[in-house]
Parts: sequence; structure tokens; C-alpha cells
Amino acid sequence: MSQVVEAPTAGAGDDRGTGGRTGGGLHLRSLTKEFASFTAVKSLDLDIPSGSFFALLGPSGCGKTTTLRMVAGLETPTSGTITLGERDITWEKPYRRPVNTVFQNYALFPHLDIFENVAFGLRRRKRSDVKPAVEQMLALVELESQARKKPAQLSGGQQQRVALARALINNPEVLLLDEPLGALDLKLRRSMQIEIKRIQTEVGLTFVHVTHDQEEAMTMADTVAVMNAGVIEQMGAPAELYENPRTTFVANFLGQSNLIEGTVAGREGDVVKVDMQGTVVSVPSARAHLETTAGHRAWVGIRPEKVLIAEVGEVIDAPGNSIPGGVISDVSFVGVSTQYLVRMPWGQELQVFEQNTGRRRLFRTGESVDVSWRPDYAFLLDHEQDASAGTDRSDLPS
Amino acid sequence: MNGPLQRLGRWVGSHLVLAGGLLVLLYMFVPIFVVVLMSFNDPDSRLIYRFDGFTLKNWANPCAADGMCGALSRSIQIGLLATVVATLLGTLMAFALVRHRFHGRSAANLGIFLPMASPEIVMGSSLLALFVAAGFGGRLGFWTILIAHIMFCLSFVVVTVRARLAGLDDNLEQAAMDLYATEVQTFRRVTLPLVFPGILGAALLSFSLSFDDFIITNLNAGNTTTFPMYVWGVAQRGVPMQVNVVGTVMFLVSVVIVVAVEVRRRRQERVLAG
Repeated sequence: MSQVVEAPTAGAGDDRGTGGRTGGGLHLRSLTKEFASFTAVKSLDLDIPSGSFFALLGPSGCGKTTTLRMVAGLETPTSGTITLGERDITWEKPYRRPVNTVFQNYALFPHLDIFENVAFGLRRRKRSDVKPAVEQMLALVELESQARKKPAQLSGGQQQRVALARALINNPEVLLLDEPLGALDLKLRRSMQIEIKRIQTEVGLTFVHVTHDQEEAMTMADTVAVMNAGVIEQMGAPAELYENPRTTFVANFLGQSNLIEGTVAGREGDVVKVDMQGTVVSVPSARAHLETTAGHRAWVGIRPEKVLIAEVGEVIDAPGNSIPGGVISDVSFVGVSTQYLVRMPWGQELQVFEQNTGRRRLFRTGESVDVSWRPDYAFLLDHEQDASAGTDRSDLPS
Repeated sequence: MNGPLQRLGRWVGSHLVLAGGLLVLLYMFVPIFVVVLMSFNDPDSRLIYRFDGFTLKNWANPCAADGMCGALSRSIQIGLLATVVATLLGTLMAFALVRHRFHGRSAANLGIFLPMASPEIVMGSSLLALFVAAGFGGRLGFWTILIAHIMFCLSFVVVTVRARLAGLDDNLEQAAMDLYATEVQTFRRVTLPLVFPGILGAALLSFSLSFDDFIITNLNAGNTTTFPMYVWGVAQRGVPMQVNVVGTVMFLVSVVIVVAVEVRRRRQERVLAG
């Protein structure tokens, strides 16, 4: 279907200064935005390759939307540059940038019908082939039959698709999506995630997606940048970020983590040995994100689904770090899995998710257990960081 | 015991609210009904306001009454001019107050309300004092009335347009700019169409305020006579029946406007529901 979308582009006839396709990706250099009372974005450096689906993930107020708005030209940076391929667009007016935005609440023009909403960008650039282009774009988002309705007559999901079509029809070099699914209910959100991902693959444009929903970011994007307090904490493929977080913020914001206090005992080859509350555990040095000299304090991190629990003394098929003395303090059976809280001898409660495969029995509250995990799954973080950073998810929808 | 009176009594008993509402409506419409009726009156004498006979001659020659049509056309001219100027200036002011942060913005917001809040007699007399002090004492007339009308219409325009603008999502304008619309195109294609109902409402309000005004006008009119002043003047001697023709026409025009707005609104609602 990609030819469908390429039809209305014809970059050569474009006299609005949007230029031809540079194909060089989007580059932010020391981009800073200061407001009167705070700094929203702090000296951000970012390279987004052409054709990628990039997600900026972070809690509200982390600067992700400000970054997006600076790329769109709706906010002027305090300092730094934004380049698209070879072209510096830092100070360009929004209507001179080959960038289009899908706004958070869609911002559809209420006085124009769906057809005219989608045609808006083409009409402003005096394109002659508006009608077929709009029809093809409406077909792409499956709204052909709604062309003559006003935005208020459509459902949330349909409005979302109009907003997407209205931006995509201009064939921008970069499509910006500002929390595009935030207003939809959970089920619709899931199907739109797949839909947007499909469209991105079909049209092959660069998508920059801003969201606070970690699941949304991981499902859709090739590359996720986790942003916190105006800086990017970590960037990479979703699996890489999830499996090997570098900061406590990423460990907690992207999924959940058990962070257990320990002291580095020393290095043995590729492995860092850590004295964790009296038990020596090992962590691969590639997953140790701190100075690994002996005596350094650290957080040993392990994802709840990587932790195994077993009856005391039972030998389970997971050679690795094993810690005795746990007591089950809470059991929540959620169908696909069972979530346990295990109180450890040092007082901390560890989260454990066990897949409900039927091979293992359910434990009951009060039972004594051993917990263990494969060393390859653990990660080691700097103790200087706040263990609860990124855990406050109260602002997120479920 | 089942006479029409009893039945009416029972109906009123079971529809108290409706009956009360009908009475209030009746109360409101009686004067208008009298105006319409009197526009067809053929009075025997000018002194008695009594329906003496049906005629169409008031409608056929509305300008037969001395000086009435001159006053009426003056009022319409002043109303139209005041509406155009006040709507233009007031709309610009509303944009400034909503869209720009500047020193004294909240003071300006408050100041806009003052002319609306102060009694007309105070405004009228202070304006007269101003005109006389400025040396226009001998030249009171059309232009001083116009200046006064523009002044008191302005506040209403600002308040009406400002309310509409404040309810406008500024994401829409950003979306337009994002979709290659320049500042001028954004204003023409998005801002103006969305704010227009507010501007139109402000214009209608201005015209009726200006057309209707007596107190301020009377104080600043000199020898010039507007329609309300004419009616007030002749009321002492007996109002010519042609005044009722004008009243009926004005009433019909308002009805047409209100019905048109309502029909449009219902059609939109039906479209939304469908």
C-alpha cells in the first residue's frame, strides 16, 4: 500500500520550502529549553535515523513533549540546534518544516469535515491532486465512508485515525506523535498500536512518538529513549532497555524491578561478585553499571519474572544465585501468572511473577521458600541512585 | 358537576407549572400583541389609544408621521456605524486580552467591565461634560451620538468575543501552522471561522443596544433626534400609529433572526446525532 501514500507527495513540485527528502534523519544537538521557572530540556543530544520508529518515553513533565514541540517548531529552543538531514531547521517557522504532528487531543478542525481536515495541508500548499490523494489516505485509515462528516460525529478511535491521516498525507520527513493514544480506552489503544505500527512499516517514514505508557513505547518503537527531568536516561531497543537497564529510573519505569542493596566484593573475569545481604551473588560485568571496585555499594536488580521460588532445600533447574530464608507474605493469582511477595530475612519484600504453566504448585502465604535467579538476568546499579526513582506511576492510566 | 369550568379547574390543578408558564408568556406577549394590533388601527382622534377600526394605511405610508422616518433612518445609520466600529475595535481588543500577555492586562480586563456596570445616566452626563469641555458643546448631534454609542457597545463586544476566544483550543491554530498554514492563512481558515459566531452575536447585540438607547443619546444629541427620542417626544401628544408599524417590523426581524439561529442549531444537532 505504500504507493498509495506516495502518490500525493511529489517533493519536486513543492515550493513551500519543505524541500526534497534528505533521508539523513533527525539530529538534536545540545537542545535546551528553559522556561521562566524551570528547565524543561537540558542539553539534549539525539540522533534519530531516517525511517525508524522512535519513542520518547517518560513521566509527565520530563520534557518529552517540549522536545517534540521544538522539533515541530511550536516552541523555540533556548539554545542548541535541530537538523533534518543537512538542513538546520532550528529557527524555521512550523509551516516551513517538512514535519507534521498528530496532536494529543487530535486538534481536528471542528468547522471542517473529515475530507477537508485531511486535505488541509495539501490545500495550503496549493496541490492540484487533492481529491484522489485524500481519498487514498482515507482508505488507508479505513474512513472513506466518513468523508463528509464533522469531527464531532466520529468516535475517539476514528478521530485518532483522521488526525493520523491529516498528518501523513503531507508525507513529512518526520511524523511526530504526541501521546496519540492517550484518550482512547485500553482495548482500542491496543489495536491502534498495531495499526500505527503497520502504517509506519508501510509508509516507511520516520515516526517520533512521545508517550508515558511504557508498554505502548515498547510495543511500537524500534528504539526507545527513556527521558527523566529533561535528560535522556537510556536509549536502545525495547528488549535491551528492559533486560539491561542502566539506572534505577529505567529499571522501575520500564516494568518493575527488585532492587536489593549490596556491596561489591570484587571481579572474577567477566563476573562481578556482590555481597548481597550476606549472600554472594554474581552479575555479568556487562550488566554492571557502576565502578566495580571492592567495597562499592550497589543495587542488585532483578526482574520479578526472572526470580524463581522453591521449597526450602528443593533443587530447581536454575543454577545461579540462590538466597534462602524467604517467607511468602502475599499471593495474587491473576490467571496467566501468580504474583508473590516474598519477605526476605533482611526485611525487604521481593516481587516474584510465576507463569501459570501448571508445572509448579501454588505457594501459600506463610510458607518458607528459597528464591533464586540466573546470574545472567541480574543487573547492578549505582547505590547513589534513588531506588524508588520512576516508581511513582500514579499519573498513568492502567 | 362536569362543566367546562370544572374541567379547566382540574386541568390547571394537574398542570400548575405549565399553567403558570403560559400566564407568564401571556404577560410577556401582551404588549407586543398590542403593538401589532395598533399598527392596523385607524384612530378617530390622536389623543386616545383605542382600537377604532382596521386599516392598512399605516403600513402603506409608514412615513406619513412627521419626522419619524428621518429619526428612524438616523437611528439605523448610527446603529450600523456603531456596530461596525465597535465590533472591529472590540474584536481586536478581545484578541489582545486573550492572546497576549502584557503589563496591565488584568487591569484592562477589569476596566472593560466598568462601562457596563456604571449607570447610563452617569455615563451620559459625563460624556456630555466631556464634549462640552472639549468645545463641542455647540456641535452635539450625529457624531457625538455615534461616539457615545461606539463607547458603550465596545464593552459588550469585548466580553462576548473574549468568551468565544477563551473557549477556543489553541492547539487548533498550532495544528494549522503545523499543516503549512501561514499566520494569515491560519487566522482566515481556522481562527476566524471558529470565533465568527461570537463576533456575529456581538454585532447583533451592538446594533440593538445602539438602536434602543435613549438616556445617553438624549444627553448628547443636541438638536438631533433618534427614533427612541422621537417616540418619547411624541408620546406626550399621542403616538402616531406608524410607530407601531416600526415596532412590529423590528419584532419580526428579531423573530426571524432567532428562528434562523435555532433552525441552524437544530440542524447541526441532528447531524451530530445522525
